[in-house]
Amino acid sequence: MRFVDEFRDPQLAKTLLERLHQRARQLPFSAEKPMQIMEVCGGHTHAIFKFGLDKLLPPQLEFIHGPGCPVCVLPMGRIDACCEIAAHPEVIFCTFGDALRVPGKRGSLLQARERGADVRVVYSPLDALTLARENPQRQVVFFALGFETTMPVTAVTLQQARRENLTNFTIFCQHISLMPTLRSLLQQDDVRIDAFLAPGHVSMIIGTAPYAFINHDFGKPLVISGFEPLDLLQSVLLLVEQVCDASCKTENQYRRIVPEQGNLLAQQAMREVFQLAGDSEWRGLGLIEESGIALTADYASFDAERRFAPQAQSVVDDPRARCGDVLTGRCKPHQCPLFGSGCTPHNAFGALMVSSEGACAAWYQYRHREEAPQPQRAAG
Amino acid sequence: MCIGIPGQIVALHEQYRDRAWAEVCGMRREINIALVSEGDPQRLIGCWVLIHVGFALSRLDEQEAQETLAALHAMEEVEADVAMFLNAGETR
Amino acid sequence: MNHSKQQSSQQVITMAHGSGGRAMQQMIERMFLAAFDNPWLGEREDGARLALAELSQQGDRLAFTTDSYVIDPIFFPGGNIGKLAVCGTANDLAVSGATPAYLSCGFILEEGLPLDDLQAIVHAMAQTARAAGIAIVTGDTKVVQRGAADKIFINTSGLGAIPTAVNWAAKNVRPGDRLIVSGTLGDHGATILNLREQLGMDLGTESDCAVLAPLLAPLRALPGVHAVRDATRGGVNAILHEFAEASGCGMVIEEGALPVKPAVRGICELLGLEPLNFANEGKVVLAVTAEAEQRVLEILRAHPLGVDAATIGEVTSTPEICLRGLLGVSRQLMLPHAEPLPRIC
Repeated sequence: MRFVDEFRDPQLAKTLLERLHQRARQLPFSAEKPMQIMEVCGGHTHAIFKFGLDKLLPPQLEFIHGPGCPVCVLPMGRIDACCEIAAHPEVIFCTFGDALRVPGKRGSLLQARERGADVRVVYSPLDALTLARENPQRQVVFFALGFETTMPVTAVTLQQARRENLTNFTIFCQHISLMPTLRSLLQQDDVRIDAFLAPGHVSMIIGTAPYAFINHDFGKPLVISGFEPLDLLQSVLLLVEQVCDASCKTENQYRRIVPEQGNLLAQQAMREVFQLAGDSEWRGLGLIEESGIALTADYASFDAERRFAPQAQSVVDDPRARCGDVLTGRCKPHQCPLFGSGCTPHNAFGALMVSSEGACAAWYQYRHREEAPQPQRAAG
Repeated sequence: MCIGIPGQIVALHEQYRDRAWAEVCGMRREINIALVSEGDPQRLIGCWVLIHVGFALSRLDEQEAQETLAALHAMEEVEADVAMFLNAGETR
Repeated sequence: MNHSKQQSSQQVITMAHGSGGRAMQQMIERMFLAAFDNPWLGEREDGARLALAELSQQGDRLAFTTDSYVIDPIFFPGGNIGKLAVCGTANDLAVSGATPAYLSCGFILEEGLPLDDLQAIVHAMAQTARAAGIAIVTGDTKVVQRGAADKIFINTSGLGAIPTAVNWAAKNVRPGDRLIVSGTLGDHGATILNLREQLGMDLGTESDCAVLAPLLAPLRALPGVHAVRDATRGGVNAILHEFAEASGCGMVIEEGALPVKPAVRGICELLGLEPLNFANEGKVVLAVTAEAEQRVLEILRAHPLGVDAATIGEVTSTPEICLRGLLGVSRQLMLPHAEPLPRIC
């Protein structure tokens, strides 16, 4: 596969790792207190586990899997609202596969389907739009999830819906902006993050400038990384070299895809359709300022919550669950008391276990046999 | 939300300006090119793009791709030279 | 749609077709008996009477298996539910080492099913069975009300004799055995997923649904073949777990050695899925001794259904199934809890 396989070359990976191991020895970090590199993207988490990059890193470096999975930070109550809308007999509720099994307080969308709701998995919001066109007597609702990678796609879909004067298409808006999430993360007291790997695909939309505050306000180096093993390894090397040089800037490793200014057409579409709308509650992170995304006035009629007015749901997490701590890198998945017993992929308590990119699901699938829970060791 | 795959645009849609056919691993799918077509969409034919949920969201810069790989290959040679140098040092 | 139109009509299955009366008799005569035509069916008794002597000559055990087919969509590139119903059951017989000889077939038809569709399905069954030397010797038809079944469900049971010397069983798998797949992974699953979820991919592949008995027959004379299973729902991953469970062994699979067609790889990359979990319909997984490995590969590759046969891993004594990735790091291969869904994240 062109532009994919070349970036998985085992020989080049070996080279990068040799260089990394060498440079890492010059770092002011050790195996006992390693440099913590946070990646905030499910795609990065997945690649790290699939290729075993965390096992190949030198002992002075460690990956922390941050809250980059929009499914994982989804408050449970939002799923309940979706299920309520899906239960309307005239509704065709469309969702990405990622969200289908996420549990709300009263079950998941999959369970809603089992109870008779018309819930369908779509690959693209345009497929939901097609359903609306083909089923004029039904109400099609699209569960709009995701960071800035997916927002422009929803935006263009709505622009099209508006041009066609479709009255039976709405979205349940659950988009989130990455920057407020990262800022909130860095503002927490005990979070120990030394460097960031920024998501390559969000960056291809927003560009490189928005990350500057991470360097200036928080003094952390950041590299925008692609998704193949060589991309991630090269990005880690760039971070290590920044720390060795005592520099602190935003670098773009994924230059073949990420233009410095981002995608201007996409940004334009997003500005037309979406706006920041006040504070918003995120699972595991609490209230994040100016993080809610809502539709602009011109597109308000496409808001499913306005049309169906589901009951507002506020769901409190099980106090034993440490979803938030895992999300923010305070502890590893197996250190949560529910991990492996009350919470498994087969019977997930939270989204970090349901979503295959969730740190807990990935850990369970790839690592749990090797790291048995050690209750005597200090957490964190 | 991250899964994005490079694909090559092989044909434009006959009817709709914002749609095209992209090929990934010999497999074709219709994609939306509204967010990568500035000016004449004809110029996109043969271009590689990053595809996410049915949309082309960025043009792949083949030059940059080559440069990134070239830098890694160059590193490979340096590492080999360094290894040889170090080994020679040790045997002396 | 992959069906021949013998009579272009809007006729559909009605409750009358299941009532035992004339409508049903006519359908059975004109459709089933005409298509499946063989001496046992021709006797028109309540059940088929099969000569034991003939079967005893071919082996010392009888393989007997059953399967029900409820696939949706019922027509797909490469076949339909009828072809699948013959291939699937024939293959369950073949992987025990038996020569598939006789099938039964039970239909549950939903009121409203177009007769043309049923005709095409029956035609495919007859064709597939005849080409494989299998006789469909007995059957049953029921019709249920609209909504009580999804268009058509088919159950097939099969019989075949296992030659005396053949002893293929999952519990025979031993450390050191090589794991071989007879061809590319996931062709059927990718085709069906694309259709069912209307993913709109122009795949250029089709389902690999096929009767595997001719591919496997030459292996019966070879010592060193420990186990053979056909990889259907759950993919090759499920078979590996079955081998491990039955034998108490573990395995190491080389991710880079898995044979996958480019289009199937593309769909996996695009949707975040793994070819190991995709259903197949014309592929087997074999556990063979190291000594037998080369000869098994030669035999498989000599047949059109096995040209892409490849060794994918090895059986170990540590009871864990590991996947060794492209960069040499191993991770545990687990069975997905439910059918993996396309993801965008």
